[in-house]
Amino acid sequence: MIKLIPRNQPSKSMIALTPLIAVLLTMLVGGALFVALGKDPFAAIRMIFWDPLFGEHAFYYRGQILIKAAPLIIIALGLSFGFRAGIWNIGAEGQFIMGAICGGAVGLAAYPSDSWLLYPAMVLAGALGGMLWGLIPAFLKIRFNANEILVSLMLVYVAVNFLSGMVTGPLRNPDGFNFPESRAFQSFSAAHNPEIWAGTGIHIGVLVMLGLVVGCYVMLTRHIFGFNIRLAGQAPRAARFAGISPNRMIMICLGLSGALAGMAGLFEVTGPAGKLSTTFPLGYGFTAIIVAFLGRLHPVGIFLAGLLLAVTYVGGDIIQSQLSLPKASIQVFQGMLLFFLLAVDVLVMYRIQLLQRRVR
Amino acid sequence: MDISAVALIASLIVAATPILLAAIGELVVEKAGVLNLGVEGMMIIGAVVGFIAAVNTQSAFVGFVAGALAGGALSFLFAILTQYLLSNQVASGLALTLFGLGLAALLGHGYTGIKPPASPKMEFFGLSELPVLGPTVFHHDLMVYFSITLVAGVWAFLKFTRAGLVLRAVGENHDAAHALGYKVVRIRVAAILFGGACAGLGGAYLSLIRVPQWTEGMTAGAGWIALAIVVFASWKPWRIILGAYLFGGVTILQLNLQAIGVDIPVSYLSMAPYLVTIVVLVIMSADRARASLNAPASLGRIFHASN
Repeated sequence: MIKLIPRNQPSKSMIALTPLIAVLLTMLVGGALFVALGKDPFAAIRMIFWDPLFGEHAFYYRGQILIKAAPLIIIALGLSFGFRAGIWNIGAEGQFIMGAICGGAVGLAAYPSDSWLLYPAMVLAGALGGMLWGLIPAFLKIRFNANEILVSLMLVYVAVNFLSGMVTGPLRNPDGFNFPESRAFQSFSAAHNPEIWAGTGIHIGVLVMLGLVVGCYVMLTRHIFGFNIRLAGQAPRAARFAGISPNRMIMICLGLSGALAGMAGLFEVTGPAGKLSTTFPLGYGFTAIIVAFLGRLHPVGIFLAGLLLAVTYVGGDIIQSQLSLPKASIQVFQGMLLFFLLAVDVLVMYRIQLLQRRVR
Repeated sequence: MDISAVALIASLIVAATPILLAAIGELVVEKAGVLNLGVEGMMIIGAVVGFIAAVNTQSAFVGFVAGALAGGALSFLFAILTQYLLSNQVASGLALTLFGLGLAALLGHGYTGIKPPASPKMEFFGLSELPVLGPTVFHHDLMVYFSITLVAGVWAFLKFTRAGLVLRAVGENHDAAHALGYKVVRIRVAAILFGGACAGLGGAYLSLIRVPQWTEGMTAGAGWIALAIVVFASWKPWRIILGAYLFGGVTILQLNLQAIGVDIPVSYLSMAPYLVTIVVLVIMSADRARASLNAPASLGRIFHASN
């Protein structure tokens, strides 16, 4: 029989090892899934995890990885603070969309400006839009005790509908033959977020992401705010005695994660997506939840996890085109990854003891 | 075209039934002290599996059974994670939803645009011919009546049976229940499976009767609304009906307003069910003292019997 024995301390080695175990398990079971779909599992796994990095067309895919990783990592960094403190913002997708709308609207309003101030203003508006959208559940939680999980999630659907209202109404491209989409941001360079070095996929958002990884690392390990967050998560009662106001924590965590998600949305809409349209939401806000957990809510871990998930996104595109598998199969893969991670996480706090039958 | 109240009520009941089924299942789960945020994932799996089964066998009944089984199977993953591997329930529920949405899209690939077999409507010996009561109350498919019976059954189970009392005890204080010798983990697993089956059934209703066809991501937050309705109902079975029908009403009213072409863009009308959910959550949670009285005390807490 197997028995779980609680550890006195969380196992340090397991904290680092379990994400790798989870990835391996996902590959195994994912391979079985591909067999069930009648595809060669080794080819599929290779296409997902290897080809984007080192395959024949990797020079193109590597840039794509950074493009996909930037929003995932930026959003996940924001979410990780709240998740540490037990504040569950799962509406990052909505904040991402609202950031794109608000920032994008500022840019579109200034069309055809060529001021260099425009882009910073758009980033600011995007972050503010996302922040305000994230503060709604925070306010309702503090003032009315409403569950932030449900409220933030409901706001995703509100944001999706708001987006379609915007692109069929005020933000529709006036020269666009009534298509439900905005003017392309490429059409005026002041509002465009271009690739800085051709072929690398590096745009402003990627650079901001790298800066944020460092910033969040410093904040979490060296700043009193990071300490307070960790305290509130690990010992809520102690945190209250130490004078940390839970309400302020809620405001800061939801506002911060909203602002980062909004900023990510702005980078996405002005860069890789190119314009506001109803097909703009790609589910990065939800995948970022997986990234945050897989990265152990730690900035460096999130950076690595974001790259990994970005690889699976690109790999998903590859298997979609080469094995003619539906796009959703990669979503299954990503969901599975979170599942296995949560499952093997038990090893961090508990050790497994095999009970031997006593022989008489 | 104007809005006829009779047609409105008849269609709101159909719109509410998927949420009703999922919510009554989740109520039992939460009464046992488990917060399963994977309702959305289990619903959509129920929707797609039920649809596939029904199309292939040309029997809606088989579809519903398959949907319930699929929802139960998915919830079993959640049960293993949270009850045996002691994972965080919020994270596991989210994982269930993400996984379920992906798996459903994968399974349903190639089933879009097909019509499922029709489910016959019940006839109550002429009662269905009554002028107003007929179409609103006595002329629905079997699942509508089943869902209401299920609510009554859950109410009776929780209120009058010993097993129901044990389940509530587990949800209120799992340590005490464990000390009394009740199998906390086993009871919770059973409750989770029941919740999964109900959510699957609700999903199957969505794809077989409510819509009726399969489209990717068709639950569109219905599972999350079901979670909110459990809060709205203050964990009381009968109020689930009230909550679900209220949301059905908002959805149908909004659709009808779209149809008669009110001067509000469709996108803003479509927000209504979600906004109403938020408003209702706010109203029901505002009174902290009452909200915490109604919620099961061990909700979302991990149980591990150390010796």
